[in-house]
Amino acid sequence: MRPRTIVEKIWDAHQVRPETNDTPGILYIDLHLIHEVTTPQAFSELRTRGLNVRCPERVLATLDHSTPTSPADADGTRAYITAEAKHQVDQLEVNCAEFGIELNGWESAHRGIVHVMGPEIGATQPGMTIVCGDSHTATHGAFGALAFGIGTTEVGHVLATQSLLQRKPKTMAIHVDGKLRPGISAKDLILHIIGQIGVGGGTGHVIEYCGPTIEALSMEERMTVCNMSIEAGARAGLVAPDQVTFDWLQGRLRAPRGADWVRAVAAWCDLVSDAGASYDSEVRIDASAIGSTISYGTHPGMVTPIAAAIPAARDAQEAKALAYMQFDGGQALIGQKVDVVFVGSCTNSRLSDLREAAAVMRGRKVADGVRALVVPGSVLIKREAEAEGLDAVFLAAGAEWREAGCSMCIGMNGDIAKPGQLVVSTSNRNFEGRQGPGVRTVLASPRVAAVAAIAGVITDPDAFQERAA
Amino acid sequence: MKPMDRVVSRTAILPFENIDTDRIIPARFLTTTERAGLGRFAFNDWRYLEGGADNPDFPLNQPQAQGCRILVSGRNFGCGSSREHAPWALLDYGIEAVISSEIADIFRSNSLKNGLLTIVVDENEHRALLADPGIELVIDIAEGSICKPDGSKILFNLDRFARHCLLNGVDQLGFLLDAETEISAWEIRRADNPYAMESAA
Ligand code: SF4
Repeated sequence: MRPRTIVEKIWDAHQVRPETNDTPGILYIDLHLIHEVTTPQAFSELRTRGLNVRCPERVLATLDHSTPTSPADADGTRAYITAEAKHQVDQLEVNCAEFGIELNGWESAHRGIVHVMGPEIGATQPGMTIVCGDSHTATHGAFGALAFGIGTTEVGHVLATQSLLQRKPKTMAIHVDGKLRPGISAKDLILHIIGQIGVGGGTGHVIEYCGPTIEALSMEERMTVCNMSIEAGARAGLVAPDQVTFDWLQGRLRAPRGADWVRAVAAWCDLVSDAGASYDSEVRIDASAIGSTISYGTHPGMVTPIAAAIPAARDAQEAKALAYMQFDGGQALIGQKVDVVFVGSCTNSRLSDLREAAAVMRGRKVADGVRALVVPGSVLIKREAEAEGLDAVFLAAGAEWREAGCSMCIGMNGDIAKPGQLVVSTSNRNFEGRQGPGVRTVLASPRVAAVAAIAGVITDPDAFQERAA
Repeated sequence: MKPMDRVVSRTAILPFENIDTDRIIPARFLTTTERAGLGRFAFNDWRYLEGGADNPDFPLNQPQAQGCRILVSGRNFGCGSSREHAPWALLDYGIEAVISSEIADIFRSNSLKNGLLTIVVDENEHRALLADPGIELVIDIAEGSICKPDGSKILFNLDRFARHCLLNGVDQLGFLLDAETEISAWEIRRADNPYAMESAA
């Protein structure tokens, strides 16, 4: 047999009908994750046409985007930003009940950001096809799944037929070699990669992250890397599953058990790209050269080592971005005054991220005039963090410890900053207005964000550590 | 979706690169459960001044851009989130075709399913279109061509299925529903070994 990449293997296994020149192929979808924002119109379409959800057991829902991150009142009232936001959440509850879909809703310990929830309960598994009406669905690729975001019309297609019309994507291999320096995280790595290939560098492709550096990453770190594939334009990104993957997955709520587990692992071991498999493009990255990396513009490709000066604008587009950020080329990022720090989002809200932030904040105080929010990715992560006392660390430092959700990553629930404020954020998008109209977003790792909260200005964590020592 | 075979209009220009879906429709307008009426939020944070008056500096607010149904934008239009609210808002705002040198994958796929034509042209053609606002273009979907006022034509590629669907108003969900027997047969074969990576087809 011709050597195949992982993407081709998963594709071939799920192809109901191959594509031709005239028509796309039909691809079967193993797992369909849904949330309140991108589904109501799809359910309306089903109702209008008198259709049912074909495989409700393959659909899994949660509430994350429009949900308040403050606790409910004693009488159960939640502080929704608008009546419309509440209606949207209520509507998903109604839709799930009507169509027989499992919802990890308000009462569930597994409610959380959709891309945190899927892996956490073991619903995300190697070799699966996974879709969600959400562009960060690529996160699930960390497990060796082919996972990508779709629009609401396609959400309707999958609800009704458990299938999608798709053309085979192109593939891009990103080989990462070299050891990450101490304190340098997966977030620094992926920001660096996006800076290298550009925000459109992966358009039309599925990225396979490979090489010794990737193999050495934990599952949480692999999720952080795959999560931001879309920021390079790629609809999906994945990593070959290995023992790290299997160890992480075994015993989780929805993971296979007993003889099924043995059979599954045997099949998953074949999920590697064959020697000699060819990619449409290949990129090499040296991880040992990467330092703390941070964004300075209005798209995630505008990144720089934290200690470097802000690059001069190379064209009118970059000049516009710098003007929005109120930065000048040649100026230092270090020392820029910070107004808000956000630790959270499907990129960096898992327990390991919270530990990284807590390690910096322990025994210290958030600087005067800085608002720091720490928002766990799921209810379970919140409980785990509290069990090890991380909440006490954040609260003692003067940070806010909030309920699980997307929060200030997208600001749909009202967690936004004020116009002109500078937010150091562990999320994935620094678009104009993403965290509120006129808000300036700087993307960074949890460590860099936590250091910024304490120092009150953007600070190189290496220098910070030395000072503290 | 209504069948469509051509778009004829003057062009409006948004010369910025990497116009993301948060620009096209900011997230705070996504709490809706409807798809109609989103045009008033299109490019909201560029289009209006604080207080809600039209921003006279926004290119699409200028008199010569009124009534234009073809938008020529800078490279990498529609990047960012998968929100289908973006094409819904543009269509409701009156845009029927977007031309750029690069258009983000999910946005393009969403657009074509709603009858918003997305066209990728090469960099030279793109530069020429950006430099010449307000010219009348005739986009012929069947032929895959954009005809300029001087009679010259730019040819573009459009996925054959997408073109067929646009021209005939084909409902893609109907197409998938017609494959029900095949989908069921595939599921039965797959049930033998749900983890196998051999082709079940
Ligand atoms: S955390 Fe942010 S990027 Fe992730 S799903 Fe929520 S809104 Fe989207």
